[in-house]
Amino acid sequence: MKRRDFFNKSLQAGMAAGAAVAVGGYEKLLLPSYGASKYDMVAVMGGGPESMFDLGIQELGGTGAFVGKGQKVLVKPNIGWDVIPELAANTNPMLVKRVIEHCFKAGAKEVYVLDHSIDNWLNTYKNSGIERAAKSAGAKVVPANSESYYHEIEIPAGVRLKKAKVHELLLETDVYINVPVVKDHNSTRMSCSLKNSMGLVWDRGFWHANNLHQCIADFALFEKKPLLNVIDCYNVIVKHGPRGVSKEDVVMMKSLILTTDWVAGDTAAAMMLGADPEKIDYLTIAYKMGLGNMKLDSLNIRRIKM
Amino acid sequence: MTSPFLRRFRIFIAALVFILTLLTFIDFRYLIPVKFINGVLFLQFVPSLLKFINLKTLAASGFIVVIILTLLTGRTYCSFLCPLGIGQDINSRLGGRIKRKFRRFGFKKPHTIIRYGLLAITLIVTIIWGIYMVSLLDPYSIFGRFVTYFIKPLVLLLNNFVEKILIRFNIFTLSNIRVEGFRLMTYAIPVVFLFLIGLFSLTRGRLYCNMICPVGTLLGLLSKISLLRIRFDKDKCDRCGRCSLSCKSSCIDFLSYNIDNSRCVECFNCITNCPEKALSYGFQMHQSREEETDHGKREFITGSLMLFFGISSRAKSQEKKTPLPVKHSTVKESKTFPVCPPGARSIEEFNKNCTACSLCITACPDNVLRPSVREYGIMGLMQPVMDYHKGFCSYNCNICTEICPTNALMPLVLEAKKLTQIGKVIFIKDNCIVKTEKTACGACSESCPTKAVFMVPYEGNLVIPETNQDICIGCGHCEYACPTTPYKAIYIDGNPVHQVASKPVSTESEITTPEEFPF
Repeated sequence: MKRRDFFNKSLQAGMAAGAAVAVGGYEKLLLPSYGASKYDMVAVMGGGPESMFDLGIQELGGTGAFVGKGQKVLVKPNIGWDVIPELAANTNPMLVKRVIEHCFKAGAKEVYVLDHSIDNWLNTYKNSGIERAAKSAGAKVVPANSESYYHEIEIPAGVRLKKAKVHELLLETDVYINVPVVKDHNSTRMSCSLKNSMGLVWDRGFWHANNLHQCIADFALFEKKPLLNVIDCYNVIVKHGPRGVSKEDVVMMKSLILTTDWVAGDTAAAMMLGADPEKIDYLTIAYKMGLGNMKLDSLNIRRIKM
Repeated sequence: MTSPFLRRFRIFIAALVFILTLLTFIDFRYLIPVKFINGVLFLQFVPSLLKFINLKTLAASGFIVVIILTLLTGRTYCSFLCPLGIGQDINSRLGGRIKRKFRRFGFKKPHTIIRYGLLAITLIVTIIWGIYMVSLLDPYSIFGRFVTYFIKPLVLLLNNFVEKILIRFNIFTLSNIRVEGFRLMTYAIPVVFLFLIGLFSLTRGRLYCNMICPVGTLLGLLSKISLLRIRFDKDKCDRCGRCSLSCKSSCIDFLSYNIDNSRCVECFNCITNCPEKALSYGFQMHQSREEETDHGKREFITGSLMLFFGISSRAKSQEKKTPLPVKHSTVKESKTFPVCPPGARSIEEFNKNCTACSLCITACPDNVLRPSVREYGIMGLMQPVMDYHKGFCSYNCNICTEICPTNALMPLVLEAKKLTQIGKVIFIKDNCIVKTEKTACGACSESCPTKAVFMVPYEGNLVIPETNQDICIGCGHCEYACPTTPYKAIYIDGNPVHQVASKPVSTESEITTPEEFPF
């Protein structure tokens, strides 16, 4: 009960801030002030998933800027599909492993990895290579396949999504790091940071049946937001997404985007994919709701080629 | 041999078989490799026989081993290898704890008419109509259903309970598994049998095995001429009757030094209980009962068995005559045919060979296999059917085809399974969210592993599903994911005869590896 009250209060505060942004255009207000970095976004190209993360996070002020000593961290990759890593429907396991290693180096007490998978969870965890990679880095790979792990939260400001059941570890951890992979998506055009949240909720059918784009944006209103988004653009499904059928659907882009603003991150990722961000409805809705910045020109972006 | 070691040996083997079979059926973490499961179930009589009829390979020769074993050693199958028989022994022991009378058996007359009648009916029905009686009475299948319907849910509840505790200690090795029953009708037969067999074994030992079980009766006929058997040493016996009292099969008539070998399941309890060591297990020297063998009966059984083998070739010839599906693409979620699991070849073939042991149902990691109620007609009751409202068939999974002990589901290598079309997708545009709500969805296409369901431009920025039945394999993921109620906007109509789907065509993408950041 107390937790819910806390969330409600925080949400109200968040709403107020959001409203202020919408009216006054103080976009910067919402950007978390974590880290000593002067950059809003760091984009790296040309390295391996691990080396690109090492470099990128350093430019953002190091993992310590996001993860404190003794904190519990939720690392949320995309582990939705029962496919091998080369087919890129899931986040690159080496990247996930590297993120976890950095969290522990920064003093994290515990790192949890989970996703409410779409295919059979035992197979997706295993065949994506993420379970093994995450465990070898010392993380706890946690099931998310049963409703019993989910608790109802409220999103009063949500337009269509006012309630959702979210995984208990989203509520119980101190830091939430979003590690999506950018992919083509048959319906929403792109799956990336914002859409990756769908793996933290139980009833996705409701989203699909009640204006998917609006629900994706609504959920981004929820108080517990990722402190950091690590967008895997190493191998990218450019068609037949989000699952992909064959290797022909995948293009090697050898890139990585790190940002605290997931709307900005998704905007950049969409351009990597060759999509027009303005045509991705959930992005424009989220932008209008003040959940992040789509105007990349106004951001301080560090671009690195390795 | 008069050693008490015989009984201990029996208990050891029986416990091993029982535990392994039980684990096979409740392995909810999918830890036991399929090869091992095939090994465990190799000697199960009816599944092996059915598989042999189908395949005619030595890989399915388990039943021949059982027949030879029976000819040599008597009905050891019933005591050593039959999971239902072993389960009854355990229950009988329990009965003895409740009331000592339940474990004091004594000699009783055989239920000759009932048991041979049931065997004959089973054979006749099987030959003329189909597998129904075998499904109903096969002890292995009955055991499988007991575990799947009653024991596994309890194990899952226990798992969930322990998991809840472990999670408090930050241990995530177990995961919560939703315990979900089947449709009520499917419980009718298992409940009746649970009650019947439970009561019989609790109070009367092996009465079920010696009155109803057709496998028991059949092996009983063979064991009449078995080489090794239990016999009396008249000189040593002082007619205390302990052997008869301890005989679960009630087949020892100690007053006339007679043991009904057709009912004896070689449990060796009598040998252990005889204080004078007057009973022993060994070669029968004086074939005194040989004259009593009913040759007519034996010929009848042999003939029936031959016929039984004959049906397989008949079934094969009928395969080609099965009608092709009628296409009613506008029918609202009204399936013209149920979807039967991959490896079944055709619904007809499947219905003929499946004994509803439920192993595939309990082994399916996606819970898509469910006991049927009326999908296959009342005679196909409890045979597994794909229920796409409960789950979908994982693209990368072929467990059911590999695990099936009767070969009702033929083994399919993964690559073949991925092209086995068990049904075809049908899209009902008028039900679709994109049309009715004018909002984006795409849940069906998103989950489609072959992109037989794909999205095409619709009004404005929207896209709407379209289907390509040629590459659809009928996995049902689209139907499962479709959020519309009460009717789905997309569903799978079963193929009465399974077909081969075309491979999805892939073309190189226009997007290439970038040199610069596009932003």
